[in-house]
Amino acid sequence: MSEAAATPIYGLVGEFAEAAGAIATARRLHHEGFRRFDVHSPLPLEELEEILPARPRTWLALIMFGGALAGLGFGFLMQYAIAVIFYPLNIGGRPLDSWPAFVPSAWEICAFATVYIGFAAFLVFCRLPKPYHPIFNAPHFARASQDRSFVAVAASDPLFDAERVTAILREGRAASIAEVPE
Amino acid sequence: MVATTSHALPQPVIGPEQNDTSVSEQLSDLVLVKRTPLWWYAGMGLSAALMLWLVVAAGYLLYFGVGVWGVNIPVAWGWALANYVWWIGIASGGTFISSLFYLVGAEWRNGVNRFAESLTLFAAAAAGLMPIFHLGRQGLFYWLFPYPNVMHIWPQFRSPLLWDFFALAAYVLNSIVFWYIGLIPDCATLRDRATTRRAQIFYGVLALGWRGSARHWANYKIVYLVMAGFMAPMVVSVHSIVGLDFAAGIAAGWHSTQWPPYFFIGALYSGWAATLLLIIPIRRLYRLERIVTERHLDIIARFMLATGLMLAYCYSLEAFQPFYRGDPAERHFFLYSVFGPQGGSFWTRNALNIFLPQLLWLPAVRRSTVVLWLLSLGIIVGMWFERFNFVVAALAHDYIPSYWFNFSATIWDEGILYGSIGLVLVGFFLFIRLLPVVSIFELRELIHRRRKA
Repeated sequence: MSEAAATPIYGLVGEFAEAAGAIATARRLHHEGFRRFDVHSPLPLEELEEILPARPRTWLALIMFGGALAGLGFGFLMQYAIAVIFYPLNIGGRPLDSWPAFVPSAWEICAFATVYIGFAAFLVFCRLPKPYHPIFNAPHFARASQDRSFVAVAASDPLFDAERVTAILREGRAASIAEVPE
Repeated sequence: MVATTSHALPQPVIGPEQNDTSVSEQLSDLVLVKRTPLWWYAGMGLSAALMLWLVVAAGYLLYFGVGVWGVNIPVAWGWALANYVWWIGIASGGTFISSLFYLVGAEWRNGVNRFAESLTLFAAAAAGLMPIFHLGRQGLFYWLFPYPNVMHIWPQFRSPLLWDFFALAAYVLNSIVFWYIGLIPDCATLRDRATTRRAQIFYGVLALGWRGSARHWANYKIVYLVMAGFMAPMVVSVHSIVGLDFAAGIAAGWHSTQWPPYFFIGALYSGWAATLLLIIPIRRLYRLERIVTERHLDIIARFMLATGLMLAYCYSLEAFQPFYRGDPAERHFFLYSVFGPQGGSFWTRNALNIFLPQLLWLPAVRRSTVVLWLLSLGIIVGMWFERFNFVVAALAHDYIPSYWFNFSATIWDEGILYGSIGLVLVGFFLFIRLLPVVSIFELRELIHRRRKA
C-alpha cells in the first residue's frame, strides 16, 4: 500500500463503449459535486455542455466579437488616416472622406481579425498545444479519438476518493477502470 | 439491391452499417496503412509534370517580362486575369459549400466538406499567383500593402483593385485556419492509430495534443460556428469584389452593376463542378462509396443545376442590358463578343455552362457518375471560357474603333494556365495521400445524429 501511495496518480479513468454511458456517469459525478473531471470522446457530446461551465464559451464568443469590432475599427481608421490625413489626393474635387469605399477592405480586415483572434483564443482556452498530458497514459486511450469515451476524475478533486469514484464508474457500466499515473 | 428500390427510397448520406470504429479505421487506414496505389503515382507524376510547365513558364515570364504573353495595349488584361477569376471562383465555391451548409446544418455536407475546403486552399494559392505574375514588375507587388515608406506614398483605398488585394489576402489566410481547425481532431485520430514513429510524430504535431476533452469540444464548436459564420459572407464578398474590379472600369461591357452577383454565381457553379470533378474519381479509387454516397452526388448535381439556372438568368441579363441601355458602344461590344474573334468562347461557355447541364434534370444522368463527371468537366472548361470572353473582349473592342485590337495568346499564356492546373493537382494529390479525405469526426457526429433520430 505504501508503494502505491508513493507514486502520485493523476486520477481514475473509466472507459465506456457507448457515449451514453459516459454522459450518464458525467452527469452523476457532477450531481454528486465533483468538478475536476473530464470526458474524452471521439465526437462532440452536446449533452455535456449543460454540466460544463458556460463561461469559457461565452468568453470565446465575446472575444471573437471583440476581434471583429477591433478589425473593423482598425481597418476603417487605417484607411481613413491614409486617404484623408497622410495622403490626401484631390481627384476631380471628390470628397476625401469617401467612407463607403472604405467598407469592403474594412470588412475583409474584420473577418481576418475575427478568425485569427478566435483561433488564438481557442488554443489558449483549450490549453493547446500540449503534447503531453497524463491522461495519455490511460490504457486504451488511443481509442478516445476513435470509438470509445473516457471519463477521467482527477485526484486533485477535493471529493476524490478512489473507492467512491470506482463505484460510480462501475455503476455507470464502464468497460474498464484504471488508475492513471501522473 | 433491386433497381426499383433505389428509385423509390432516397439513398442515405451514409451507409447504415457504418459506425465509429469503421469510419475511423477506413479513413485513417487510407493514409496510414494502405500502400501508395499505382494510380497515385501516375496522377502525381502527371500533375508534377504539368506543374513543371508552370515553373518554366513563370521563370521565362519573370526573366523576360509580360511581353512574352499575348497582352498588349489596349488588351492589358489577358489570360492571367481570366485564370485569376477562374481559380478564385473555384476556390470560393469550395468554402461556400463547406461554411454555408455547416450553418444550415445540412447532413450531406460532412461527406464532402474536406474535399471542398482542400480544393479551396490550392485553388486560392493558384489564384493568388496570377495577379502577381500579371504585374509588370512582380517584385514590387508588396507596394499594394499599406506600410509606412520613405516614398511617402500610400495605396489608393478607393480602388476595387486594392479591395481585391485585401480580400484575397484575408481569404487565403482565413481558409488555411478554417481548414486546419477542422483537421485537428482528425489528426488526433491519425496520431493514435499510427504505428510508425514518424507518422506518430507528424500527426502528433499537427494534432497539437488534442485529447477530445469535453471542454475542447465545447470551445471547438463555438469557434467553428463563428468562423463558418464569417467565412460564408466573406466568400460572397471576395468574389463580388472581383466583379467590382471590372464594374469600376469604364470599358463598354464592364461598366455595369450586375457583375458582383454574376461573378459570385459563376464561382459557386464552378465550386460544385470542381468538387464533383475530384470527388467522383477519388470515391471510386479509395472505395468510399458507402461514405460519399450516390445521395451526395445527387444533391450536388441538383444544386449545380439550380446554380446553372441562376447563371442562365445572369447571361440573359448580360445580353439584354446592352440593348435596353441604348448605348451604341455597349451594343457594338456585345455583338462583337458574340460574333467577333472571341465569339467562339461565348458560344462554348453557353453550350457547356447552360445548355448541356440541362441534362441534369434527368435522374438517370445524376446517377451516372461518368456523365456527371463529364458535365462537371464541361462546366469547369466553360467557366474558363466565360472569364476569358469577359476579360478580353471588352478591352479588345473599346469605344474608339482605331483602338480595336485582335488578341491572341502565346504558348507562355498557355504554360501559365496549364501549369497552374498542375500546381493545384499536386497539392490535391499530396492532400489525399497525407490527410483523411473526409472529416472523420464529423462522420461520427452524423452517425450518432442519425441513430438518435
